[in-house]
Amino acid sequence: MTQTLTLTWTTVCLLDRLEPDRGVAALVDGVQIALFRTADELFAIDNRDPVSGAYVLSRGIVGSRGGAPTVASPLHKQVYDLRSGHCLDLPGVAVARHDARCRDGLVEVRLRQEG
Amino acid sequence: MSGGELVVIGNGMVGQRFVDALRARDPQGTWRVTVLAEEGRPAYDRVRLSAYFDGVSESELNLHTPHDGVRLRLGEPATAVDRNRQVVTTAVGEYRYDALVLATGSYAFVPPVAGTELPGVFVYRTLDDLAAIRAYARGRRVGAVIGGGLLGLEAANALRLLGLSTDVVEFAPRLMPVQVDQAGGAMLRRYVDELGVRTHLGVATTAIRPGPDGGVAALELSDGTALDAELVVVAAGIRPRDQLARDAGLPLGPRGGVLVDATCRTADERIWAVGECAAVDGTCHGLVAPGYATAEVVADRLVGGAATFPGADTATKLKLLGVDVASFGDAHGTTEGCLDVTFTDPATRVYAKLVLSDDAHTLLGGVLVGDASAYPTLRASVGGPLPAAPLALLAPDGGGADAGALPAAAQVCSCNAVTRGDVDAAIADGCADVPALKSCTRAGTSCGSCVPMLKQLLDAAGVAQSSALCEHFDVSRRELFEIVRVRGIRTFSRLVTEHGRGRGCDICKPVVASILASLGSGHVLDGEQASLQDTNDHFLANLQRDGSYSVVPRIPGGEITPEKLIVIGEVARDFQLYTKITGGQRIDLFGARVEQLPQIWRRLVDAGFESGHAYGKALRTVKSCVGETWCRYGVQDSVGLAVALELRYRGLRAPHKLKSAVSGCARECAEARSKDFGIIATETGWNLYVGGNGGFRPRHADLFATDLSTDALIRLIDRFLIYYIRTADRLQRTAGWIEAMDGGLDHLRSVIVDDSLGLCEDLDAAMARHVSSYSDEWRDVLDDPDRLRRYTSFVNAPDVPDPSITFTRERGQPVPVRDQSPTGSEPTNGHRRQPVTLGLPEVRR
Ligand code: SRM
Ligand SMILES: Cc1cc2nc3c(=O)[nH]c(=O)nc-3n(C[C@H](O)[C@H](O)[C@H](O)COP(=O)(O)OP(=O)(O)OC[C@H]3O[C@@H](n4cnc5c(N)ncnc54)[C@H](O)[C@@H]3O)c2cc1C
Ligand code: SF4
Ligand code: FES
Repeated sequence: MTQTLTLTWTTVCLLDRLEPDRGVAALVDGVQIALFRTADELFAIDNRDPVSGAYVLSRGIVGSRGGAPTVASPLHKQVYDLRSGHCLDLPGVAVARHDARCRDGLVEVRLRQEG
Repeated sequence: MSGGELVVIGNGMVGQRFVDALRARDPQGTWRVTVLAEEGRPAYDRVRLSAYFDGVSESELNLHTPHDGVRLRLGEPATAVDRNRQVVTTAVGEYRYDALVLATGSYAFVPPVAGTELPGVFVYRTLDDLAAIRAYARGRRVGAVIGGGLLGLEAANALRLLGLSTDVVEFAPRLMPVQVDQAGGAMLRRYVDELGVRTHLGVATTAIRPGPDGGVAALELSDGTALDAELVVVAAGIRPRDQLARDAGLPLGPRGGVLVDATCRTADERIWAVGECAAVDGTCHGLVAPGYATAEVVADRLVGGAATFPGADTATKLKLLGVDVASFGDAHGTTEGCLDVTFTDPATRVYAKLVLSDDAHTLLGGVLVGDASAYPTLRASVGGPLPAAPLALLAPDGGGADAGALPAAAQVCSCNAVTRGDVDAAIADGCADVPALKSCTRAGTSCGSCVPMLKQLLDAAGVAQSSALCEHFDVSRRELFEIVRVRGIRTFSRLVTEHGRGRGCDICKPVVASILASLGSGHVLDGEQASLQDTNDHFLANLQRDGSYSVVPRIPGGEITPEKLIVIGEVARDFQLYTKITGGQRIDLFGARVEQLPQIWRRLVDAGFESGHAYGKALRTVKSCVGETWCRYGVQDSVGLAVALELRYRGLRAPHKLKSAVSGCARECAEARSKDFGIIATETGWNLYVGGNGGFRPRHADLFATDLSTDALIRLIDRFLIYYIRTADRLQRTAGWIEAMDGGLDHLRSVIVDDSLGLCEDLDAAMARHVSSYSDEWRDVLDDPDRLRRYTSFVNAPDVPDPSITFTRERGQPVPVRDQSPTGSEPTNGHRRQPVTLGLPEVRR
């Protein structure tokens, strides 16, 4: 699958569609995104679990480790920092993160290329 | 002496331990070992012999491990030893030796009275003896045991278990005369009476009489009375098997046995003796611990060591259906000037006696009847200062017997000669729990009676046995369960705010979800609960490696009508699902995408199926065998019971998955003994087994109760399950739960049978609530648009199926297309599969 780089915000859904501390999958310009809503923030990362290659991260359990908001892969439970995309269990493994925000009750995502 | 031909005569407990010990010390194999065994099977655990009647199999009793450079000749007893030619003779050949180890054990002593040769008269020494007793007991009603010592009482209990009404005849004025004093014997007798075993003390058997069929029919006693007995076990003591040594002209001990010195060597420098056949400095020891000590001594000597026999620990502990009897050290108070402290409580039927030195400072020995919980600590304290005030030690549940007070030299595990010092050293080397201590010191690996002390020593060393669930909760699952239950907390957010910290994680959230579900808090996907669930529970299906799900409808007991089978087939065909019969007697449908799940359920639910909870830490299946309905051996309706149990416990959330099975007869085709709770039909009811496990660490279930009516069976399982749900750790199967339980199976029995904690009413009520509030989770989702919303591929593109899920066909069915291998190289074997790798990936649970 080829990734296109977008610099614009794409509206994804109503904020109400996101349950607190749970993710959904979204398709933005052909890219599978995992979108999470915690108590006070929105996060978007790639839906692809970099360890297994399956598109499942949106179905992981959301929580915290130390101060970091996290999601655990539902396949083999590696934990990722939602802010940076870094895997907290496997050094060197990371998942791409994207920008997410809420405007007028709508959730918007902007794809980002990790630098 | 260093290497050459080594012949061992006897492959009993000690013979086997000797070979293990030698191999451990002689890794190069400088000794080539031949073991001559009279019995037709390799070494087994004679100490646990009676467990055979509890259904423990021969293979579970096995002690034999094969070693390189050791040949074992089964069923080939030695007939002579020629010391001049250094040759051992058997019926089929000769074996030359550079060193010879006699490990021939003992034989059962049969007193010279008329009739001991009659059919139906047995001794109690080998597995063959027990098999013969079992076969002969069939269809007979009354049995008798000659001898009321440790062995005699074990035999009496065995006859009871075989359904015989049983008498015990003991020549001494009390039971277990060797181990127990008069008052202790009297207390013991009250327990034995209660088991329905009649005792006749202070009388001798004068003759054994046949009946008209030529088999044994009665015992005549020295007081002129006679007892009916269709089967007799003679357990009147043991004698060392010293005939080979005698014939070879070796000196014997004053009361028989192969005379050896403290190095376990006979008068012939090439010949050694170990175990029960050896008279060490003139004394034979009829217990396994001193036997093991002799094995270690000889193994050490044969590789040039200087070990000597450390002296015998004659402590014994007997357990006869809940009656604890223990005796240790100078139990009879024969030391000059010693003091007795005794404690008798007729109400709780506990008797205890400590024998102290004349200054009351040193513990010399003791006797415990009815409650032997202080036994491990007391036994380890013999010869040293008392670990607490005598009354604190003796009073039941005084809790005063703490291993932390023991000196370093005290022997903690006498089966394996491990001292407190050894345990402390292991802890200092980093052993942080009981399993680690077991594998590193061997302590606790034989009779297990020292395990509580190992825990106490870990505590004493300040090794915190952390029970914190995760970084968000400092308490264990069990404590969390109590908090939730007692405080009536119904949400994770309140729980973590009031009793934890942070936002939770993939460890604590599913635990809390499971606790809430066990306490009946509505549908698992209601409100905030949904966010706590693992993906499997969240989608009520099992996540597969490619992100698709599998669907398993419940097929109670594995019984299914042709119509329903056809529906499963049609659903699988229409949704193109890979179909497989599972190991749990049902059918798994793989390859469903999230958005297809509700459509698949709709079809299944309409046809009368419901969720099989394959995704939950919950009841999975109750397997069955076909049973009495069809099978020519079946004695009960195993399918009917399996179906009833599966329907009763379906949906029950637990710390880990729960599995069960029901077999219609003792042939056990349903493999019930590998289940968390397994049921095997008997002529008159059901036997319940608990704590079985297949999986990673297989364990056979323990026999928990016998010949139960269906009602009594269900009541016990109800309580067993709720007690497990309330008290087990996260991801702890019932097997590990029982193994970790203080007091083990006896404790469990006291709680759910005797109601020692007064919990039973509450447990019964909890199960009643579960049964009455059950409803199918799939149907509940189908009925609720809010919940249905979750089953979508993409929140902003519900019509686009996940493009990453694609299938190829294998053996006529769809299977996932794998990712290209990470290096990008194309697989060469024509499949898109990666080769099977051996070894397990590290999976954090
Ligand atoms: C489908 C099935 C294999 C099959 O094709 O036959 C299966 C499949 C899985 N087993 Fe199993 N087990 C299956 C029977 C068994 C059995 C045999 C039995 O139940 O009679 C055992 C050994 C018995 C036991 O549990 O004591 C078994 C021992 C395990 C274990 C090891 C448990 C343990 O205590 O060590 C795991 C891992 C775990 O649960 O942590 C496991 C885990 C799994 C998981 C859930 C792995 C996972 O997390 O994805 C697999 C899910 C498959 C799916 O998506 O549907 N499975 N698994 C069987 C489903 C039975 C059913 O109808 O529900
Ligand atoms: C029912 C029962 C319960 C017991 N409970 C306890 C207990 O709770 N605690 C405890 O400490 N001890 C207990 N014991 C005693 C314990 O089993 C023995 O101390 C231990 O087995 C001794 O081991 P051993 O190797 O010396 O003899 P054994 O285990 O008897 O082995 C000797 C082996 O040598 C074989 N043999 C004999 N002659 C020859 C020959 N000529 N050639 C080849 N092979 C030969 C025999 O067939 C036998 O297999 C119990 C014993 C029994 C029977
Ligand atoms: S044995 Fe392993 S691979 Fe096979 S079904 Fe069970 S968990 Fe999966
Ligand atoms: S005392 Fe028997 S195993 Fe430790």
